[in-house]
Amino acid sequence: MSEPLIFELSSPGRRGVSLPTPDVPVRPVSSYLPDADLRGTPPGLPEVSEVDVVRHYTRLSTLNYHPDRAMYPLGSCTIKHNPKVNEDMAALPGFARLHPMQQDETCQGGLQLMYELSRDLAEIAGLEGVTLQPAAGAHGELTGLMVMRAYHEARGHARRKVIIPDSAHGTNPASVTLVGYETVQIPTNAHGLVDTGRLAELIDEETAAFMLTNPNTLGLFESEIRTIADIVHDAGALLYMDGANLNAVLGITRPGDMGFDVVHFNLHKTFSTPHGGGGPGAGPVGVRSDLVRFLPTPVPVKDGDAYRFDYDRPDSIGRVRGFGGSFGMMVRAYAYIRANGPDGLRQVSENAILNANYIMRRLEKHYPRTVLVHGTQKETPIPAEVPCQHEFVASGTRFRAHGVRMLDIAKRLLDYGFYAPTIYFPLIVPEAAMVEPTETESKESIDRFIDAMTAIAEEVENDPELVRNAPHTTPVGRLDEARAAHPKTLNLRYEKSLAE
Amino acid sequence: MTYIPNTDADRQAMMEAIGIGSVEELLTVIPTGVRLDGALDLPPALSELELHDTMGEMAARNGSADRMASFVGGGMYDHFVPSAIGHLAGRSEFLTSYTPYQPEVSQGTLQGIYEFQTMICELTGLDVANASMYDGASATAEAAMLARSATRRDRVILAGSVHPHYIETVRTYAHGPGISVETLPCPNGTLDPDLLESALDDDTACVIVQHPNFFGCLESMRDLERVVHGAGALLVMAVDPISLGVIESPGAYGADIAVGEGQSMGNQVSYGGPALGFFAARDRFVRRMPGRIAGQTVDQENRRGFVLTLQAREQHIRRDKATSNICTSQQLNALMATIYLSLIGKEGLKQVAELCLHKSHYAAERIADLPGFELAFDRPFFKEFVVRTPAAPGEIVTRLADDGLLTGIDLRRFPSLEIENGLLIAVTERRTRAQIDRLVEALGKFS
Repeated sequence: MSEPLIFELSSPGRRGVSLPTPDVPVRPVSSYLPDADLRGTPPGLPEVSEVDVVRHYTRLSTLNYHPDRAMYPLGSCTIKHNPKVNEDMAALPGFARLHPMQQDETCQGGLQLMYELSRDLAEIAGLEGVTLQPAAGAHGELTGLMVMRAYHEARGHARRKVIIPDSAHGTNPASVTLVGYETVQIPTNAHGLVDTGRLAELIDEETAAFMLTNPNTLGLFESEIRTIADIVHDAGALLYMDGANLNAVLGITRPGDMGFDVVHFNLHKTFSTPHGGGGPGAGPVGVRSDLVRFLPTPVPVKDGDAYRFDYDRPDSIGRVRGFGGSFGMMVRAYAYIRANGPDGLRQVSENAILNANYIMRRLEKHYPRTVLVHGTQKETPIPAEVPCQHEFVASGTRFRAHGVRMLDIAKRLLDYGFYAPTIYFPLIVPEAAMVEPTETESKESIDRFIDAMTAIAEEVENDPELVRNAPHTTPVGRLDEARAAHPKTLNLRYEKSLAE
Repeated sequence: MTYIPNTDADRQAMMEAIGIGSVEELLTVIPTGVRLDGALDLPPALSELELHDTMGEMAARNGSADRMASFVGGGMYDHFVPSAIGHLAGRSEFLTSYTPYQPEVSQGTLQGIYEFQTMICELTGLDVANASMYDGASATAEAAMLARSATRRDRVILAGSVHPHYIETVRTYAHGPGISVETLPCPNGTLDPDLLESALDDDTACVIVQHPNFFGCLESMRDLERVVHGAGALLVMAVDPISLGVIESPGAYGADIAVGEGQSMGNQVSYGGPALGFFAARDRFVRRMPGRIAGQTVDQENRRGFVLTLQAREQHIRRDKATSNICTSQQLNALMATIYLSLIGKEGLKQVAELCLHKSHYAAERIADLPGFELAFDRPFFKEFVVRTPAAPGEIVTRLADDGLLTGIDLRRFPSLEIENGLLIAVTERRTRAQIDRLVEALGKFS
């Protein structure tokens, strides 16, 4: 059943692509390059035909679950339908074969797209300026933190720390460290929200920023967001929004209107660009007006009827990557925004929210929402009348009595033909399962998911062994993760070199 | 148009099932004071047909390499992309899935990562590689961060011949953590080992060189390696993967870390991205590496399988102690690179590299024969070279665009290089002799 490695298909002399014979004068390679720089041993690449390659990667592909097949309720990741037209737009040769180092005069269509996408994202965020440069959400966080650091430095004091909730994405504290700040964690209260009193105590003149996801990672809207913004701004700090959950607020409320100073967008979540098995993504960052001057260079601008990259930005943090950004993802996001229009985007969020609440309410008997009170193991239920937004986090502690963990339930869900929710995150919910259906699931699709989750809950009661040993129908069973945690398992070459 | 399947009747049924009369009841948690008054100020929705027309016109306003002969490089190159790549990487199973959090139903992606890691190790001659980085510039910055944490030294030295975007990105990343960054000038096109030796001290974490460098020239790698390691610093090499078909591997030169831009391996230039970065290192650095890494293991029935591994380095486990903040990276682009390397194979990579050598040297020699033109540096080069021009390069590039030529990069766009009248010209295997001759003829008008 298992597919050989491409290297194991190799047969000396096979070729997968034909190349032209030289049409210019040919000299020995050693006449161009010094002998000391000529490669001694050729790289051990496979020798395979196009047929071998096509069949190998086609067979490999069939081992993947994917959202073009059925629902992929991976909370926090917004795995929505990726419109096919977007792929065609990004593949237009005028975009795909446009080189980033061409002079601006020959890139007017590309620059126009970037300029208009920046403007549209700024409108969606209710903020002044946007950089499209960051390559992913975490890269956007890093960029946003660098901008905030530059802001404080320009005011004469870089400050030292950044406050984040204990429910935050792991990328938040990791990004904080990368810009040389320290993370200070603030506990979530029994309602699953920021404890504003505690925030007021923690914040001081050394606090550079408060990073918050809204709706937060429990899928709850931070209703006291204006109070939070006031506390942060009164301390001279900045309020950062992790935009992972922007799919809940399109056209309903805007980060800038809530009081956020900086936000990152995940084009691969909210704006439907495909996730590619782990990227590419894109993580543009929006900022309020007095932070625009710190954004990375270059910035696409419009002079009269012409577009150009502006490099003359003396206060900029600099570049965070090569060239202008992941343009192909910008093309897809632009197509998505233009296809939806303002009303369509609002419908996106409204439908995402309705779908999530429908699942949450229909599953709450088996999968209740709870949150751990800080410093204790006490689980506090989140009342049913508190709506979730585009996702919710259920707890599976009740299954412990049967020796079943949320991991087991996630694996069993694979047998039912669904991908699993995000599990064990956020850390403040015991046995967490974070479910995000998105707006592109139909009622029938959602009902099938609810039926599967319900059936599994019943299996836990009647046949827990079945759930504990899941999955039963996947290409491979549960894998021994510990065994992989050694350098020798990481590639064939190293394994062979050790054997020799 | 929207991509929402549910109808009003579906929504009604769902609302009734959960006892609400309208979606508005789910939004009551959002204070009215922060609610958007009215609609977003965005252009009205377009049908799919209108979208095709609108964006098609936009794309047609670009002078791209499908309509012009491109000699533009500088870190991204117009190499040939075999057809099978788009068809395979475009399969929904690869395109629309996400990070393989559930390995039982993600073996396609995971085995693809393992194959990619193996190929990158084969190319670079190093022990371990990760699943991909955002791009060459950020991979270089991450290498500097790794070198600092591994050596506990705070200074990074870059050759001035490294891609200016890489240098700028390293500087941006270095600022917050307080890493000092020094760039050594390379007026002759490559880094002088003696100059480097005098700049090294016992606080230097690493030296970053590019080979072939931004100007296309080969560095004196053997001498540089000796000097770098003599000072106890790490050697970080940024390399062009295509060049590795003929040029010695970073591992064989003695590099500790190799990074680079992987676009040339089966990815379109796409106005700067998405493509991929790659990152390979000696095995002793594996637990400090950024990014996802896949490893081989077995399932309960002893069948081979692959999982994400060594995750104790990563942000979702270690949070503020993680080695990097990377989560989503460039998996699909890495898959495209893997398919490219499979198709092109051991012989094909060498052949592409040799075609680049033949064609770029043919072009360089013909251009250097034009009165008023000369090669800027007397150094061996791979597929790219700098020409000194008798007229302003920016003007040449602009005027030749009218002749359907994308002539190269005016180096005055990078003031820090301090190169006057420098034009950087790249010639890949994709350029024909006729196109090169046309370029030479057009440049001749400026002689």
